[in-house]
Amino acid sequence: MTELEFETLRVFLKARSGLALSPDKRYLVESRLASVCTRFKIESLSRLIWEIKSGRSQAVENATIEAMTTNETFFFRDKAPFDLFQDVLLPRFIKERAASRRLRIWCAAASTGQEPYSLAMLLKEASARMPGWQIDIVATDISNEVLEKARAGIYNQFEVQRGLPIRLLVKYFTQKGDQWQIASDIRSMVDFRYLNLIEDFGRLGPFDIVYCRNVLIYFDTQTKADVLRRIAQQMPPDGALVLGASETILGITDALTLDPSYRGLYGKSASVSGASRPALVGIR
Amino acid sequence: MMYCLIVDDSRTIRKVSREIVESLSFEVEEAENGEAGLSRCRARMPDVVLLDWNMPVMDGYSFLKELRRSPGGGMPKVVFCTTENDLDHITRALEAGADEYVMKPFDKAILAAKFQELGLLSESLSL
Repeated sequence: MTELEFETLRVFLKARSGLALSPDKRYLVESRLASVCTRFKIESLSRLIWEIKSGRSQAVENATIEAMTTNETFFFRDKAPFDLFQDVLLPRFIKERAASRRLRIWCAAASTGQEPYSLAMLLKEASARMPGWQIDIVATDISNEVLEKARAGIYNQFEVQRGLPIRLLVKYFTQKGDQWQIASDIRSMVDFRYLNLIEDFGRLGPFDIVYCRNVLIYFDTQTKADVLRRIAQQMPPDGALVLGASETILGITDALTLDPSYRGLYGKSASVSGASRPALVGIR
Repeated sequence: MMYCLIVDDSRTIRKVSREIVESLSFEVEEAENGEAGLSRCRARMPDVVLLDWNMPVMDGYSFLKELRRSPGGGMPKVVFCTTENDLDHITRALEAGADEYVMKPFDKAILAAKFQELGLLSESLSL
């Protein structure tokens, strides 16, 4: 791949998905895009770049973005963000939303569904404390391919073993040969939708809790700031944002403030809350 | 240092498991069947047992029921680690007192996640 071809790909990915392709990620390009070439019978990487540049095939462009997206995920990944949900956020919002009995949650980079399904299982476990509540879990991703898998809710043995407590596997999954499918009542709790985070997501409506873990690391600072500012706009003044443990907003945006008590938990900054509170009407 | 007992009749599985568990900073001992495993437990109760199901002399299921009846035998976390990958075996294991269940084949990420979930590893450990 020539310098010019790499630059063409870099500009394309940035413009279309926000992905920042740094020169040290050059090694990833060939390994990940080889499958796109095979799938579309394109003879070389150079030819693939030419196809992208010509803008002739939306399918090739989408497949290229999907191939360059990292979809690493597993149930209850990192554990702490889910303990935070169960022990801190859920009790807090059960109290604060006692009148409306409504809770809206957004998983902004849902990948193959393990994160939203983990939250759905925790909500199911807490259902006795939330009778009559309307709970929306919206799970979005830029890849239609992973969303398709997420909606099916079928996982292999390796996937159900990484982080999923065995008692929850027994309780919420059905064995189908060497695959495991999550129960239909858990699947129906999650609304999977295609979303490119660099595009407008105001139509999704407001969210009390947003999980946006391990995705902003792929964006440059300007894109991060823009996405975080718009996420903050989707949150009510007491909304909560959960980022990956290694992610920080320091020096990127003042729309959100770190909760010093919990790693990865952010609230809406006092300076911006109230002014942009979204209305709880007309959603979905 | 936490102490893990690996009870498995396969020398290869014991070797691979030992390498993984030692890399998680556990002290490790091995037993080749349930009866030998119980002897080890009577001498020194482990923090966690990695347990195969099918073994000669005494299988993992019998070992677990016997362990849980023994003085101090309720203390160790028991993780079944077996090729018996059906729901019926998993349910029986949990009813007999298993804390977790790993279906073979497995790798370090799976085992580390199970240990973390059981509170045997720091949550800050990157998996």
